[in-house]
Amino acid sequence: MGSRTVNIGIGNDKKAVTAMPSYVPSVPTSNPSSTEANTIRSSRIPDLGTLEQSLGFRIEDAVDLTRNPLFNQIKSSTQAIADAQFGAINKTLASADNNLSAAIVGSQTLTLKKDTPPNLVSISAGRENWGDSNMADASPRTDISTDDTDEKNQRFERGQTNAIVASDSSDRSKDKTDQKTLRRLAQNREAARKSRLRKKAYVQQLESSRLKLTQLEQELQRARQQGIFISSSGDQSHSMSGNGALAFDVEYARWLEEHNRQINELRAAVNSHAGDTELRTIVDNVTAHFDDIFRLKGIAAKADVFHILSGMWKTPAERCFLWIGGFRSSELLKLLANQLEPLTEQQFMGFHNLQQSSQQAEDALSQGMEALQQSLAETLANGSPGPSGSSGNVANYMGQMAMAMGKLGTLEGFVRQADNLRQQTLQQMHRILTTRQSARALLAINDYFSRLRALSSLWLARPRE
Amino acid sequence: MDKVRDLASKKAAVIFTKSSCCMCYSIKTLFYELGASPAIHELDHDPSGRDMEWALRGLGCDPSVPAVFIGGRFVGSAKDVISLHVDGSLKQMLIDAKAIWF
Repeated sequence: MGSRTVNIGIGNDKKAVTAMPSYVPSVPTSNPSSTEANTIRSSRIPDLGTLEQSLGFRIEDAVDLTRNPLFNQIKSSTQAIADAQFGAINKTLASADNNLSAAIVGSQTLTLKKDTPPNLVSISAGRENWGDSNMADASPRTDISTDDTDEKNQRFERGQTNAIVASDSSDRSKDKTDQKTLRRLAQNREAARKSRLRKKAYVQQLESSRLKLTQLEQELQRARQQGIFISSSGDQSHSMSGNGALAFDVEYARWLEEHNRQINELRAAVNSHAGDTELRTIVDNVTAHFDDIFRLKGIAAKADVFHILSGMWKTPAERCFLWIGGFRSSELLKLLANQLEPLTEQQFMGFHNLQQSSQQAEDALSQGMEALQQSLAETLANGSPGPSGSSGNVANYMGQMAMAMGKLGTLEGFVRQADNLRQQTLQQMHRILTTRQSARALLAINDYFSRLRALSSLWLARPRE
Repeated sequence: MDKVRDLASKKAAVIFTKSSCCMCYSIKTLFYELGASPAIHELDHDPSGRDMEWALRGLGCDPSVPAVFIGGRFVGSAKDVISLHVDGSLKQMLIDAKAIWF
């Protein structure tokens, strides 16, 4: 047995059999054919058994091992390559088709312990004289020497490969479906992978868009604070209060634009020394336009009083001088006092009275606001637990809230009266002054507020450490 | 209504208020600033307050309080008072009704 290699050869010769130690087989013979076949078969078995023992692994496993590399190759490669390889293997296996008989003989004992395909059995049943004639068929596969041992090796090799062919070719139809299934599976995997990549790319796109959106929103907020009008018509889906505040901001910006246009017209008229009638028309236009913003503020105060009170619709520097949702009339008159000269005595008195009246009204309204604050604080601060049980406390709480709600409702009234005061002051001023003086007054007021707005812009754009 | 008229004629300056109303507080303050001492009637502490409120609404006072009477005549609510004050009419009315002297 010294010349034996890894490729064990099945001794198909009686000669080989006799050289082997005896071994009692336990393999059932499914085809009780001629005695010759039986003898041969039975004589083969001890050969295999010994071989198994000597090599330490089962022949079946050898077949499995030879099979496995094929399948491993298929699994690890891509579909195209798998197809090619599988196809190639199939071809190589198929080319040994004509050696089916020998293969079947060689594999009979090999496959008996596995699920025996019927055709093998039937074929082997038909093969009684498988001896030299089959060997002759098998021999063209190789042109190696006629040495018995070598031939045995070759035959076993062939037998083995053919065994694979046999077991495979008999399952050829099964292989074909396996092949299709494997191809389909590979295709699915590929499609899934591509889909995953697409999804990843889309999500990344969404993320970057979201970042960009938040950045833009921040910029927008900053720009709005600086008094730049930016249309935000896309925000209509907000809540009621949001809608009121935003709508007013938009309207105010539009109003300011128109106001500036009118003031420029007035300035041009004053500088060109236009006639009184023309001036009067423009002045009346500006005054009427002021009434517009007070009307708009009234509507906005109804919708969202806190937005108006906050002054967020004004620039920061303007907000500094905020009084109940707007400018202080007395301050305005103070800044005009020196710019309107020459004034007649009557005018002077009238102007002075107006200053005093507006101051008094402002004080009265301020005190009323303070009383409201105090009252609201008292209402909410009354948190001492009543002598009764929890139900009493709940009733207390609800009563508290109801009262507080009522007080908050009166805020709108204060904003309305403050605006009323501003409106009345402007109207009274125009009654006291001449047309030309009114024109100059309007220009002066506009100059002042323009400077405040410019100051806001500078402030917002200031370099910070 | 009768009670309203009755009370309104009792003094040169009469203001109908409610104790919880802060705008009433503002108008009262204004009158004090002007040197007037108006008669204050709180409707929520008057037994016939409801009827009086209804009567004031009938006069066109909205909101019903504060309701200001000068010289027995109905002047109006907060809005009217402020407007009259800005153009100087309020002061004149008070002087005419002898609620103030200057």
